[in-house]
Amino acid sequence: MQYLANPTRFLKLANAVLPFVWAIAVALLILGLYGALATAPADYQQGETVRIMYVHVPAAWMALFVYVVMALASAVAIIFRHPLADAAAKTAAPIGAVFCFLSLATGSLWGQPMWGTWWQWGDARLTSMFVLLLLYIGYIAIWAAIDEPHRAAMIARVVALVGVINIPIIKFSVDWWNTLHQPASVFRMDGPSIAPSMLWPLLVMGLAYSFLFLALHLTSIRAEIAARKIRQIQIAEIGER
Amino acid sequence: MTLILALIRRDLSLSIRQGGGVGTALGFFLTVMVLLPIGLGPDQALLGKIAPGALWISLLLSVLLSADRIYQQDYDDGSLDIMTMSPVPFELVALAKAVAHWLSTSLPLAIAAPVLGFLVNLDPRAIWPLALAMMVGSIALSLLASIGAAVTVGLRRGGLLVSLLVLPLYVPVLIFGLSASQAPGSSPDIATPSLLILLALALVSVVLSPLASAAALRSYLK
Amino acid sequence: MELTADNLNCERGGRTVFTGVRFSVSNGQLMQLTGPNGSGKSSLLRMIAGLNEAASGTLTLHGGHEDLAIEQQAHYIAHQEAVKTALSVAENLSFWRDFMGSGDVDKAMAAFDLTRLSSYPAGLLSAGQKRRLALARLVLVPRVLWLLDEPTVGLDAASLARLVRVMAGHLEKGGIIIAATHVPLGREPDTRLELGQAA
Repeated sequence: MQYLANPTRFLKLANAVLPFVWAIAVALLILGLYGALATAPADYQQGETVRIMYVHVPAAWMALFVYVVMALASAVAIIFRHPLADAAAKTAAPIGAVFCFLSLATGSLWGQPMWGTWWQWGDARLTSMFVLLLLYIGYIAIWAAIDEPHRAAMIARVVALVGVINIPIIKFSVDWWNTLHQPASVFRMDGPSIAPSMLWPLLVMGLAYSFLFLALHLTSIRAEIAARKIRQIQIAEIGER
Repeated sequence: MTLILALIRRDLSLSIRQGGGVGTALGFFLTVMVLLPIGLGPDQALLGKIAPGALWISLLLSVLLSADRIYQQDYDDGSLDIMTMSPVPFELVALAKAVAHWLSTSLPLAIAAPVLGFLVNLDPRAIWPLALAMMVGSIALSLLASIGAAVTVGLRRGGLLVSLLVLPLYVPVLIFGLSASQAPGSSPDIATPSLLILLALALVSVVLSPLASAAALRSYLK
Repeated sequence: MELTADNLNCERGGRTVFTGVRFSVSNGQLMQLTGPNGSGKSSLLRMIAGLNEAASGTLTLHGGHEDLAIEQQAHYIAHQEAVKTALSVAENLSFWRDFMGSGDVDKAMAAFDLTRLSSYPAGLLSAGQKRRLALARLVLVPRVLWLLDEPTVGLDAASLARLVRVMAGHLEKGGIIIAATHVPLGREPDTRLELGQAA
């Protein structure tokens, strides 16, 4: 009975807060986009293309953040055997992968006018993000490949934790590789001077993405719980026949 | 300890008798080595430039593709079941099997690969550093591949999935393996620090891989 | 020494296999598991062997080695025979001897009439001979608790008689045997557990 208690309580809570989370996410998005597209100045070097940054940078933040969420949920699943933790990890992955893809796609769009090419291997961030996307795809593929949900959950925990231990190592190695092959002329985002008029839309967008993630995540955990219930009902029906 | 040695010994003699071990992996390695010049053209200077990278990538793939044998047969025939019932911690069983794979397949490949470098016009001065780097790096390669093998052991067609899961984890080994494979005298001299980092990567995987593999194998046995 | 199960429940893939299983077997006793397909005979044996987790309930072994888990004091023989076809009969057994502790390969081969096959690769053995090779592990390494899942499959009359004799010897020495089979095992089981009635 305790197995059901927690998801039920979760559903109650999720149903209560979800409308607000969605509302906040949308409001912040509108505010952030307004700031990014209307009030923030164009860059004196990059012109209007700098506005891609407001979509790109927070997406990259989220791609990393969501993987950490996923790994934490997996660790919680191992340590506390909380029935919702696996669902949380499983549903976070596709959202994280989309953020990751978004950051890559916008990075490529942004790079085109900067570097004159759609893809610049010399940019360590782009390369690490690409590897991160592969880790996401691998994790999602594990859930898809294993039919038995309980077993899939146990294997997925291993994959998520191995991934999160490796992310810093991969990042470090790609940075090293980059400095070897790279004359330090590539455009760098983190200049010392980011004007406040550019900073606030960026932070607002970051916050908006976080709420968007929260809303999407809660929604898909809710869907995952429903899918589990359907499975249980089907199994029970087969058992009766 | 003797129990673990018994397991390593058994896996080694199995890999020698059953074939499909280092022989097939070496054949695969050679095939890639033939395809590369055909795909890139016979320009000796270009080949010489990409030689270390080409050899490393072929090594990565050969180790990875030979790794599905690490746990598969013992899972299918029930040996793994019995192994969980021994006094040996299951993590050590997983480690022993990965070590046996390294000894039987990856290490011989790592030794043979630089010698085959002449096929892609490898700078002869780079042979020794390359061999050293590959011997160290192949430890990490075998151990990481064993995680992939464990994670997919119960799946009928796990091959592609293993590649998807493991190849991203190979990125650091590839990067530091390549910088450790520089011919002596090239500047900046980064071969030694890279080799040390490669060793560190190998040690990290010695710790990480048995834990992850044993956890994955257990969930398939349940 | 006594193995007791209290209120064991088993779930596989979200489906309840059995509930409320209780039993108790002690030294020198044979317990026979019966029940239709899917009633959980194999699952119960795997559970005792530490290969499945019980959804709830407890399994305890009183009077065994304090610092060893139940499965480390048990033998488990199932459909999958854990036989390496590329190794000879004797090599198969000496590996398991080295891996599981200590034992006598010659005695194990003699008990199941494998001595004259000892140097042949196990891949050449017939199904029944392979089964005997798997069963030889029972004699090879002394362990008190035997978990046998359909141990008689593929055995001819002479081999079955051998198995019965080996089992009787084990019980005499104070061993415990739990066997899932419908074949008579040469003696009345001390306990019979029929799965798949309740639920």
